[in-house]
Amino acid sequence: MAQRRRQSAPQNQSQAAAQEEDDDLTFTQPSTSQVQRGLEKVTNAQVDQKTAEVVQYVLVKDQKKIPIRRADLVKHVVKEYRNIYPEIIKRAVRTFDQVFGLSLVEIDTKNHIYILVNKLDKEEGASQFNNPTNPKIGLLFVILSVIFMKGGVVRENLIWNTLKKLRVDPGEKHEEFGDVKKVVTDEFVRQRYLEYARIPHTEPAEYEFRWGQRADMEVSKAKILEFMGQLHEQEPQSWSQQYREAHSSSAQTGTSSSQR
Amino acid sequence: MSRQMGDSHRRFLQTMMANGIVDEQGAKTLYQRCCEIHNTQYAPDKLDEFIDILNSRLQPLFMQIRKGMSEENGQQYYALVNMAETDVTRMSSDYADNELELFQKTMDLIVSSENGKACSTDILNSADTLTTKKLKKSETEHLLQRLVHDKWLTEKRGEYTLSTRCIIEMEPYIRTMYQDQVKVCHICHNFAFQCQICENPACSIKIHNPCVARYFKGRSEPRCPACDDFWPHEIPEVRRPHSHSRK
Repeated sequence: MAQRRRQSAPQNQSQAAAQEEDDDLTFTQPSTSQVQRGLEKVTNAQVDQKTAEVVQYVLVKDQKKIPIRRADLVKHVVKEYRNIYPEIIKRAVRTFDQVFGLSLVEIDTKNHIYILVNKLDKEEGASQFNNPTNPKIGLLFVILSVIFMKGGVVRENLIWNTLKKLRVDPGEKHEEFGDVKKVVTDEFVRQRYLEYARIPHTEPAEYEFRWGQRADMEVSKAKILEFMGQLHEQEPQSWSQQYREAHSSSAQTGTSSSQR
Repeated sequence: MSRQMGDSHRRFLQTMMANGIVDEQGAKTLYQRCCEIHNTQYAPDKLDEFIDILNSRLQPLFMQIRKGMSEENGQQYYALVNMAETDVTRMSSDYADNELELFQKTMDLIVSSENGKACSTDILNSADTLTTKKLKKSETEHLLQRLVHDKWLTEKRGEYTLSTRCIIEMEPYIRTMYQDQVKVCHICHNFAFQCQICENPACSIKIHNPCVARYFKGRSEPRCPACDDFWPHEIPEVRRPHSHSRK
């Protein structure tokens, strides 16, 4: 399928993104009556087939932790069925829920961007963050921990210095991660684990890191605090502010889209 | 046992999606674990029924958990396969066009070989004949590593074979692409790539090495099950599925 091929060409990303923005503007959510009329013209099996294509498309993107843009979904998969888009999404959401135990969450209601979030309880000790098979997850965990412990936002230098202490130098090619700076400021950002933004009015430009929306949903702050506690041989409660935050927000982790 | 889809099924499926393929022992352990976590009834001999329930829900999505044998060790494996795209375009989200072309050429080499193997030199040479975009030698080597890592190919001493996952997943594609070339094993009737061949030219049936081992086990004089000629190859030992524990 042609739409999958696009991913392998990340160049011209900003250009492509701008293009997609335009596409999304031309797509207006059809009204209930439009959907109703649209559904009269197609068979149930045709809608199911389209739903299956949407499910597959989302799964492929999710394997790489790439957020799904509604504009892409409409343009590359839904296509001529766009007039019944809400019905197709409804069925896809139901399928993710009933068959895969995943929920499709809109993390950006303005640009209509979705990610998949696991609905099953995290198995004790088996979450990808406790038992990372992918070494990059370990790197990410360190960065998220630093940001969280520093109150939610840090200048990028602090991250680079921390990593250097762990012998991961962003200026050098790392044998496991390759271009560390690219992994952190590009890959993790694209996957919505991190936000990387210029600090306003800085000249030369300085940047800061925050947690991204996917981190809010997938990563438990209580777990981070526990980990920090072990590291420093302290009770997690001794970081009172972080402890309060971890235990007030952890109830929401993975259940709803974040509100910050 | 309940025919209803539950969280134990969903967890099993999620793990299959993360791994792509798992051997029989691994699947059994996983099945048990999923049932324990979600407090559902577990019956050691009901793995296939458990998977059937999942498959009935996956089928409308053109996906399936399919079973197949490893040509290497004769063990059963379970792979999550995508039936919507059974050809190499299935891999197009991970590989560029010229990389897919090289993979196809590698498949050609493997299928047309006697023993189901292609050596790295031949693959590297075929990289020169790519029509899409040429690959440098180093790029080809790197690509082969990726194909092995992604479990499409298996490598042993510089020789490449189709992985179990690849054979299970691309079966329909192989069937249409290579219908005249590819033969099935006389014993198990699945595709035979890595195998022994009857040397009687009028017969020349193929048998997988693990199938050879099982079939001739305990027979004093091995004879071809089709033409009754003497079977001149070395008879491999029957390999016991090694019991291993998974975390």
